[in-house]
Amino acid sequence: MYDIVIVGAGPAGLTAAIYARRASKSVLVLEAKSYGGQIVNTPDIENYPVAAHISGYDFATKIYEQATFLGAKVVFDKAVDIKMNGDEKEVVTVGGSYVCKAVILATGSENRKLGVDGEDELVGRGISYCATCDGAFYRKKTVAVVGGGNTALEDALYLSDIAEKVYLIHRRSSFRGEESTVNRLKERENVEFVLNSSVTKLSAGKRLESIEVTDTAGNTKTLDVNGLFVAVGRIPENQNFGKIVNLDEAGYIIAGEDCLTSAKGVFVAGDNRSKSVRQLVTATADGAVAATEAVKYINSL
Amino acid sequence: MAVTEVTKENFESEVIGSDKLVLADFNATWCGPCRMLKPIIDEISEERDDVKVVSIDIDDEDELAEKYEVYSIPCVVVFKNGQEVCRSIGFKPKSEIEKLLGE
Repeated sequence: MYDIVIVGAGPAGLTAAIYARRASKSVLVLEAKSYGGQIVNTPDIENYPVAAHISGYDFATKIYEQATFLGAKVVFDKAVDIKMNGDEKEVVTVGGSYVCKAVILATGSENRKLGVDGEDELVGRGISYCATCDGAFYRKKTVAVVGGGNTALEDALYLSDIAEKVYLIHRRSSFRGEESTVNRLKERENVEFVLNSSVTKLSAGKRLESIEVTDTAGNTKTLDVNGLFVAVGRIPENQNFGKIVNLDEAGYIIAGEDCLTSAKGVFVAGDNRSKSVRQLVTATADGAVAATEAVKYINSL
Repeated sequence: MAVTEVTKENFESEVIGSDKLVLADFNATWCGPCRMLKPIIDEISEERDDVKVVSIDIDDEDELAEKYEVYSIPCVVVFKNGQEVCRSIGFKPKSEIEKLLGE
């Protein structure tokens, strides 16, 4: 039996592992894919205190090494359920199950899809969810970005330096993202705003060739694009735990800054928690808080 | 066997002309998920004598990336007798990369 099972080896989960190990608790971290989570896609982190520049890969690797050096065990297996047996919890995975006293859910989030026919088949053939990863393939080409938040705005700005032409498609008339970025985009001659519009159809041969957009009045037009960058938000990966802990309407686990969920002995840390600021530094902060609360809980048993 | 670095000069001889199944890893140094995948690619190259594992840096070899329609990395392409059999995009666990190679 482990003291604490942490679901997710991103910055929140691994920070929780560091704090729990330093409190001498036995720790198992379960990870469905690779350690590091979403931050691995970021080429250069510039807003984490002390490290003025660090790549997401280096950040993830350092925190992974720190956690494992301190004695956290990491198993690459996907958690699918938690069985609550009083003070004991059993975390069920695809490959087995692990009994523990406390669980920290640090599952993070995944990209929200557009939900247009053919989207999945065209990933890597014109559709992308990561402009900084795939932008380089669209040098001197025509691309579109869909979305209205900061990610969409920053993606459009980034791509406008690479691509010949960038369409920015948003279903409303104004953006949720920062105004300063919107203003910078307006100054770019190769950026065209397509507002009050949604992508309704993808046309492709071997790869994406054009998209159909429909405006709120119902008018459609076709845009010839080589690439479509989807930045319509993220979905918390809490689907398997909705029976165990209370989720809000958007699917985030309801918890305050103390990271306590509605289930005793189950804690949450990182982007899958209901909160207003989802940043690297708030994810690691959650990890520290959730681990400390979990340790307190175990010591009270 | 170690992973062979492939360029457009030796792609024909190393990949197209190979008697063995070829696992081609298209990647870039700045790509985090590519670096995550690299240890898995290295392991497969050590473990599978029946597979030739090659690496293509898409920044240096943009012509190859374009020719093989690689628009997202990491991209792993399997070639058999010079023909593409299948491909996988993004970081995948080792078991899924092994599945691409079949049995």
